[in-house]
Amino acid sequence: MPENRYETVPGGRRPRPGQEHFAAEVDEGGLGAVDAVKSDAAPTSLWRDAWLQMRRRPMFWVAATIILLVITVAAFPSWFTSVHPRFDCELAKSLAGPEPGHPFGFDKQGCDIYARTIYGARASVLVGVMSTAMVVIIGTIMGAVAGYYSGWFDVVLSRITDIFFAIPLVLAAIVIMSITTNRTSFTVALVLASFGWTSIARITRGTVLSVKNNEFVTAARSLGMGRGRILVRHVMPNSSAPIIVYATVALGTFIVAEATLSFLGIGLPPSTVSWGGDIAQAQRAIRQAPEILFYPAAGLALTVLGFIMMGDVVRDALDPKARTR
Amino acid sequence: MLWYLGRRLLQVIPVFLGATLLLYALVFLRPGDPVAGLGGERGLPEAVQAQIREQYNLNEPFIVQYLLFLKGVFTLDFGIDFRGQEIIDVIGAALPVTFQLAIMALVIEAVFGVLFGLIAGMRKGGWFDGTVLVISLLVISVPTFVIGFVLQFVMGVKLGWFPVTVGRDPNFYSLLLPAIVLAATSFAYVLRLTRTSVAENLSADYVRTARAKGLRRSQVTGRHVLRNSLIPVVTFLGADLGNLMGGAIVTEGIFNINGVGGTLYQAIIRGENVTVVSLTTVLVIVYILANLLVDLLYAALDPRIRYA
Amino acid sequence: MTPRRRLAGIGAFTLASALLLSACGGGSGNDPEASESGPSSGIITVMNGEPQNPLIPTMTNETNGSLAITNVFAGLVYYDADGQPQNDMAESIESDDNETWTITIKDGWEFTDGTPVTAQSYVDAWNYGAYGPNAQNLSYFFEPVEGFADVNFAEDQLDKDGNPKEGEKPASETMSGLKVVSDTEFTVKLSQPESDFPIRLGYSAFMPLPEAFFDNPDAFADKPIGNGPYLVENWVHNEVIELRPNADYQGERKAQNGGADLIAYTEEDTAYNDLLGGQLDIVKNVPSSAFSTFEDELGDRAINQASAVIQVVNVPEYVKEFQGDAGVLRREAISMAIDRDQITETIYNGTRTSAKDFTSPVIDGWSDKVPGNEVLTYDPEKAKSLWDEAEGMDPVGGDFTLQIASNADSDHQTWVDAVCNNVRSALGIGCEFDPYATFDEFLDARDNEQIKGLFRGGWQADYPALSNFLGPIYGTGAGSNDMGYSNKEFDAKLKEGNGATDPDAAIQAYQEAQTILFGDMPGIPLWYQNATGGFSEDVENVVFGWDSDPILYQVTKQG
Repeated sequence: MPENRYETVPGGRRPRPGQEHFAAEVDEGGLGAVDAVKSDAAPTSLWRDAWLQMRRRPMFWVAATIILLVITVAAFPSWFTSVHPRFDCELAKSLAGPEPGHPFGFDKQGCDIYARTIYGARASVLVGVMSTAMVVIIGTIMGAVAGYYSGWFDVVLSRITDIFFAIPLVLAAIVIMSITTNRTSFTVALVLASFGWTSIARITRGTVLSVKNNEFVTAARSLGMGRGRILVRHVMPNSSAPIIVYATVALGTFIVAEATLSFLGIGLPPSTVSWGGDIAQAQRAIRQAPEILFYPAAGLALTVLGFIMMGDVVRDALDPKARTR
Repeated sequence: MLWYLGRRLLQVIPVFLGATLLLYALVFLRPGDPVAGLGGERGLPEAVQAQIREQYNLNEPFIVQYLLFLKGVFTLDFGIDFRGQEIIDVIGAALPVTFQLAIMALVIEAVFGVLFGLIAGMRKGGWFDGTVLVISLLVISVPTFVIGFVLQFVMGVKLGWFPVTVGRDPNFYSLLLPAIVLAATSFAYVLRLTRTSVAENLSADYVRTARAKGLRRSQVTGRHVLRNSLIPVVTFLGADLGNLMGGAIVTEGIFNINGVGGTLYQAIIRGENVTVVSLTTVLVIVYILANLLVDLLYAALDPRIRYA
Repeated sequence: MTPRRRLAGIGAFTLASALLLSACGGGSGNDPEASESGPSSGIITVMNGEPQNPLIPTMTNETNGSLAITNVFAGLVYYDADGQPQNDMAESIESDDNETWTITIKDGWEFTDGTPVTAQSYVDAWNYGAYGPNAQNLSYFFEPVEGFADVNFAEDQLDKDGNPKEGEKPASETMSGLKVVSDTEFTVKLSQPESDFPIRLGYSAFMPLPEAFFDNPDAFADKPIGNGPYLVENWVHNEVIELRPNADYQGERKAQNGGADLIAYTEEDTAYNDLLGGQLDIVKNVPSSAFSTFEDELGDRAINQASAVIQVVNVPEYVKEFQGDAGVLRREAISMAIDRDQITETIYNGTRTSAKDFTSPVIDGWSDKVPGNEVLTYDPEKAKSLWDEAEGMDPVGGDFTLQIASNADSDHQTWVDAVCNNVRSALGIGCEFDPYATFDEFLDARDNEQIKGLFRGGWQADYPALSNFLGPIYGTGAGSNDMGYSNKEFDAKLKEGNGATDPDAAIQAYQEAQTILFGDMPGIPLWYQNATGGFSEDVENVVFGWDSDPILYQVTKQG
């Protein structure tokens, strides 16, 4: 049975108290559409439906292009510039404006800003994507289990979340960074994730609490579906919207948070070029040359834009209700 | 309901013990020797360092230090910090202004985030939606230390519309600019969460039902769509209150506010274990209470959610 | 916000100098302009930070506390804007042999609680500061006094962790070298000659204390009772210390204003914006973001003058690459690879001055012609040939990476990056910043010999004397000698200088000691840090002292 039909099974319109008196008859067209569904059609998977849905939308292709571009820049920076971001610096060029071969001009150390923006993509994107992935995985599992199973699961998992909330980022960063001998984007992501997953766990739990009372869940259960399967197949897809939205915004804030950590000497090693680090450096010259702040921030904004748009498209595609319109 | 409340409040105890133990372990693992750092480049004589370690029980094993801290909590005697100030006074001085600032920021991000998110969600793809997307990109990509500096410089120094700093005079007016700065990033979250939920709920069956039974668009929006969209937003706001209070390091620094974030940060950098753990404990309690309130709100927003 | 020397090191600025003062045209204490305008009644607001210690003179080892202490207490001498000691409470400080000093003080002075300031007030305060169990931060300042060892724990009174054993007490509560002769006279016997002893006496460690302090040190710490130009009216922690004129003060530093509010800031940028916004009268450190603009923005209200702070990169002796003759060549090569003039101009916009020696231009006896200081001249070709020569003797290879370590809770990356760019291009080796999250973690790494390359050193003088820049850092076994440097000839020259009765002979010996340092290069001097500051249009007669702090008593403000 196709999943999206749960939305429209008649049981879903069971009136709630206070809503018994309809002022008008239920929209006939909608019912007609339900009736028109071919009951003998082959079952399609949720993700396949989503893909079919997404690829029809121009926004998907715009977002995909942006993300692909950012990933290409991150993976192969030398395709885009032959200038070294750290070693081709000349103090004499400090804060000089654009010139041929150096379209964005120079930073305080006399390094080429264009090259630094290109080379900064890798560390920043890695930190952003990895920490977001970790946060989403830990947060949704904790939140979904707590919200769906309730009772003791909820009590224990929610209280663990509370405990982890207590960790101040700076302290966690100082400790973890001093324990690890080799700082990489992964360690930074680990630090950011270790404190950042609690919000997403709370949000997932809240949404799951609300979604699990929906009619289609009851329907699935009455059809004999197992609780775990219902959680994965029905509750989670319908709870995904806030998770996706939170994750896409968090991606950007994690990249910025890396700047704060690097600023304090507890982030990426100084030999790693990153947008965050360059934003922090630019801030120190903000009264003198505010314009150098623009480029790393623009790189960051473009990346976030790509992921926000992609998140929107994915969410729409996963939401069967939006599809029927 | 009352039983639920009591049970939840009882759960504060294990959280308190777990959080303080975890924190104590972290501050214990913190590298460096805070006492040696007190003397700066010249350093302190060995004998002086030994005295200080003795005075603050820093020679004791981890578990003894932790138990001494617990004893301090239950007798409400946290002891003194390295500067000779009573830690309870330090917390007492920092907490009220931080609380005021955090609440102001919370209200700002809630009101504007929900309002803008609602409009953007109802007119998805419209010009307003596009505009708020740009605004959210801006506040996400430009870090707080830049937003704060620019607003302070333009609105405070150049235009003179706001006091440049808060300092000794924390009031609604002087805290307004810092609250806006503090709210900026969270505003992006609230905005986008609201927008998506509203867009999603607009296509839900009950909206069609409500429209079908003749309710006006504004009634549907206010009574049904918004209420049902608020669950993730309210959850976020509840979790955010603690972050706003403890994480306002940058904002407090820029506007010279003697608050919890800055105090906590300085204590971490200086390695003042008891101050760090005590302050964070207060934050955990705020966080727990805020989350409890959120859980109670769930039931109000969505009658299907019930607590036994 | 940070211990004193750390602040200095960090790039935190301050101070005034003899050299540039006249050029600034500010008024010093005896400037006719200052006396003409007469006393004013306005209360000045001054940028400061929360002191790190209780306001007890012998506890105060950082700049935020010392700004309060210097204004609340009057010692035997104070330092004028030029860094010259002037008598405050002292009538005379005399010695024939630099070892036994006879000190007479002026009669009739009182603490603000009405009790008299006598020779006993000094002797008691100093004994308190030196006494081991009191654990005073500045106790080491009394080390030269005879009997210092007796008031501290002996080796066999300590357990294996260095903590005093249960119930143990030092042999004595008072130092045998301090003797009260009368209410207005006492003698100090040192354990060896120290020619600069009188210069030290203006430092916070040597202030007198009233009896009320010994009765209840805790209560005192929150509201100190002093004998200086100001008294502490109110101290709201982390917000403000309110200083008001002390009507009973009888010295030269009579307050010319209605008081001073020392406002606690944690961010220099914030204080500077407050100054621009008209909410603050005096900023004692200009933030690095405003280095290029503050002199234009403030005009003649900007302060940028030499100070008693020097920045160095130190070379730990245990690092293999820098040992032996090849090691010295490498040290020289690195030093000559650094373009100090360009970095101070471009990165610091002229708020640093290229170093010419190991001390500071505001100190009496400073010279830019110390023999051996040519290794501080930028010469990339010579640097490369020195490095190659060292490679011929004891190669480290072409992929060697020089690491420069520092705490990173303040902006050090900017200058390290600039220095590293110099080193990379001149010597063809790698060079990277090695950051530590906190200052104490950095210290720990230094103490435990974990630092793999060079490390940052910053030094702000406690008192204006050449010796203060040499002995405590490069003397064998000295408190801040984290390099493990030891050279007997250097130690001997220092001792010669300390014992010299003729000031010129002392200076001569110290300069010869510096020449020895240039031969060994235990540290590579980078630049002198200027005092930077600014003040509002509401105040006049603002002058910064040799210690980088504004001299508050002479500031006038109409109110």
